[in-house]
Amino acid sequence: MDLQFTAEEEDFRQEVRAFIKDHLPERIRRHLIEGRSASKDDIVEWTRILYKKGWSTPRWPVELGGTGWSAIKQYIFLEEGLAAPAPELLPFGVSMVGPVIYTFGNAAQKARYLPPIANLDEWWCQGFSEPGAGSDLAAVATRAVRQGDHYVVNGQKTWTTYAQHADWIFCLCRTDTGAKKQEGISFLLIDMKSPGIAVRPIQTIDGGHEINEVFFDEVKVPVDNRVGEENKGWDYAKFLLSNERVGIARVGTSKARLRRLRELAAIAGPDGRRAIDRPRFRDRLIETEIALKALEITQLRVLSDEAAGKFKGRPNPASSVLKIRGSELQQATSELLLDIVGPYALPAQQSTDGRNEPPVGPDWADAVAPLYFNLRKVSIYGGSNEIQRNIIAKAILGL
Amino acid sequence: MNFDLNDEQRLLAESVSRLMMDRYDFNQRKIYTMSEEGFSPAMWQAYGELGLLALPFSEDDGGIGGGPVEIMIVMEEIGRALALEPYLPHIVMSASLLRHAASPEQRAHLLPGMMDGTRHIAPALGEMTGGYDLSHVRTTAREEGAGFRLDGAKTLVLHGGCAHAFLVSARLQGRPEDQQGIGLFVVEADDKGVSYRPYRTQDGQSAAELMLADVRVAKDMMLACGSDAAPAIARMADEAIAAIAAEAVGAIDSLVKGTVDYLKVRKQFGQVIGNFQALQHRAADMVVELEQARSMALYATMMSRHEDAIARAAAMSSAKVQINRSARLIAQACVQLHGGIGMTMEHPAGHYMKRLTMIEKTLGDSDFHMDRLASAAK
Ligand SMILES: Cc1cc2nc3c(=O)[nH]c(=O)nc-3n(C[C@H](O)[C@H](O)[C@H](O)COP(=O)(O)OP(=O)(O)OC[C@H]3O[C@@H](n4cnc5c(N)ncnc54)[C@H](O)[C@@H]3O)c2cc1C
Repeated sequence: MDLQFTAEEEDFRQEVRAFIKDHLPERIRRHLIEGRSASKDDIVEWTRILYKKGWSTPRWPVELGGTGWSAIKQYIFLEEGLAAPAPELLPFGVSMVGPVIYTFGNAAQKARYLPPIANLDEWWCQGFSEPGAGSDLAAVATRAVRQGDHYVVNGQKTWTTYAQHADWIFCLCRTDTGAKKQEGISFLLIDMKSPGIAVRPIQTIDGGHEINEVFFDEVKVPVDNRVGEENKGWDYAKFLLSNERVGIARVGTSKARLRRLRELAAIAGPDGRRAIDRPRFRDRLIETEIALKALEITQLRVLSDEAAGKFKGRPNPASSVLKIRGSELQQATSELLLDIVGPYALPAQQSTDGRNEPPVGPDWADAVAPLYFNLRKVSIYGGSNEIQRNIIAKAILGL
Repeated sequence: MNFDLNDEQRLLAESVSRLMMDRYDFNQRKIYTMSEEGFSPAMWQAYGELGLLALPFSEDDGGIGGGPVEIMIVMEEIGRALALEPYLPHIVMSASLLRHAASPEQRAHLLPGMMDGTRHIAPALGEMTGGYDLSHVRTTAREEGAGFRLDGAKTLVLHGGCAHAFLVSARLQGRPEDQQGIGLFVVEADDKGVSYRPYRTQDGQSAAELMLADVRVAKDMMLACGSDAAPAIARMADEAIAAIAAEAVGAIDSLVKGTVDYLKVRKQFGQVIGNFQALQHRAADMVVELEQARSMALYATMMSRHEDAIARAAAMSSAKVQINRSARLIAQACVQLHGGIGMTMEHPAGHYMKRLTMIEKTLGDSDFHMDRLASAAK
């Protein structure tokens, strides 16, 4: 047993940290550290910087542009990015559809779709959830009916993150209504410019626009755009969802936020008092730091199990532990910010006639409540925390 | 002991509830939030027609003479409807200040416009360096000529943008943190030297920063309490806490009801999600928290006019801590149980979360009130 990183791994961490420090535009870093979300341009800019370095698709097979790093190094790379904080690589391409295509797609699909993902020349979004299929994803009802060398797609996806930016959407569509619900689904790649697609924005409670509804009305999709076999889409979806388990806890994000909290707590607020001098606040901060330390070590244990091949091909049920506690801690850090900011949680950035003005109170204060509202999502998406508890009860405990 | 409403109070509850039901559906509310006022002036008139604007003023002053229970009833319905009108600051809070600090002549001058809905009068007490402590006052009032000269700045003036006048606290003598030496002044919004910057708050309401530079106030526009306004301000804050606690209870109650209704209709895995015991227990826990909140809101209402300032403040702090806790836990749980739809502006759940979070941050958050209780226990 050894809880230390090797000297080589530590060197690697230094290398990643130095690269990020030298190349991440300060404007983007500041924006993220204040709890604001990265813009499309920020994500594209940073992905292209990483692409030049050969780091934009680290987990992919080496011959397709991967780095060949060990699982531990993958983890170090991910965490350093989150902790900087740098924009996260757009998961829909790099971590979701990319691996599905190189694992189950044909040669033509690999050649067509993978390179533009690596350089973010094409932006992907994930068309899984529907109004009637959330936690029960296998209930998807969007229909794809084969007509010669096309499918004709009708239906609706929802909660589709960044569909407004997307060039492509990967969808679970029902191709067989007679079969058991998991057995009649196909995995289609659909060009967002196809006639018959409409995107409607959904405003989230923090006021932002990250999710959308996507409507399909008689959309023609070439059969060549189906990944793998017809009616086997659920297998590919399960593969996709179990991929990229590590990192789900976003330990680095919470670390960066706790570091920021320490800084803010040491500065006198408008009332001349420092949050760190208030015992109640200080205790909560320390408790959260302890919980994060525990989570980080749990994450390393999961990682070393995976590196040792203990769960080859199957999802490790311990990843549900990471998801539950990781999301709770992300939310907890936003609540600590809410504690520090006091009455200046109230003002929004907008003046009453709709203009954006400098914030009232500390210059980061207006982002605090929106961040708190926005982060309620992390216990809902990616398999809600209730669903994760069901997995622990069934898969780990056999209840 | 009797927690039941009497017939008149029940009637009041029903009529406010009906007004809100008729005029405050979700889409209507959205339209109100987008207007420049951030609320509905027509609704304000409707409040007036129901007598709500005259409710907290005594019959001697031409009001209705409602007490804390009547205010609680109205505030609970405001919370349920997520109503945006400035009833808390411009009626509950201002009425309290005027009741405790103004002379009958001053009230005769100020009340008619408030009661008929033509004039909004906003309390402007907080300052940036004071946090939640309203007796921390740096704004100065100096006697000059036939009146006073005011200089300083007030922060987070709730619904300050639409106010015709402000009730401003300013220091006549002493240091910023002294209890003694604070006066209350009626400052007209269009007085020379008054400027303000209104902005939206995170719950779709609004507030303003108020700047006072060489503002002249006539002698008789200093409220009758003279330089001893701190006790009146403390009373006002305590009454306001009771009122906002009732608003929170109304909001929580409605949010919990909506969530339970949703559990009964939303289907996943071929059944309503209310069948899942994990969610049943979450809902049951919400009821426990709601009842705790309701009890403390009642307690705050009963104690809000208690004569012993220390006992009263302790009761209010206790109530606010419980309300804040219930509000946070329940809002989080309700958004969670709605799944994706709860994260959107298109569904009421998130709007309740926003208002409840801002309630938590208004009139003292939990750390402030815990500190107050802890130092009282020393
Ligand atoms: C901000 C955001 C971004 C998203 N981005 C995407 C995206 O890009 N692409 C995409 O496809 N999807 C996306 N989603 C959708 C997300 O995956 C779903 O919201 C999630 O799967 C939950 O589904 P639902 O919203 O329909 O809630 P429901 O499934 O209706 O759940 C409602 C509540 O019931 C609970 N529940 C459900 N079943 C059970 C059970 N068996 N036992 C106990 N409790 C249960 C849930 O935990 C939840 O609390 C996003 C969601 C959000 C909020």
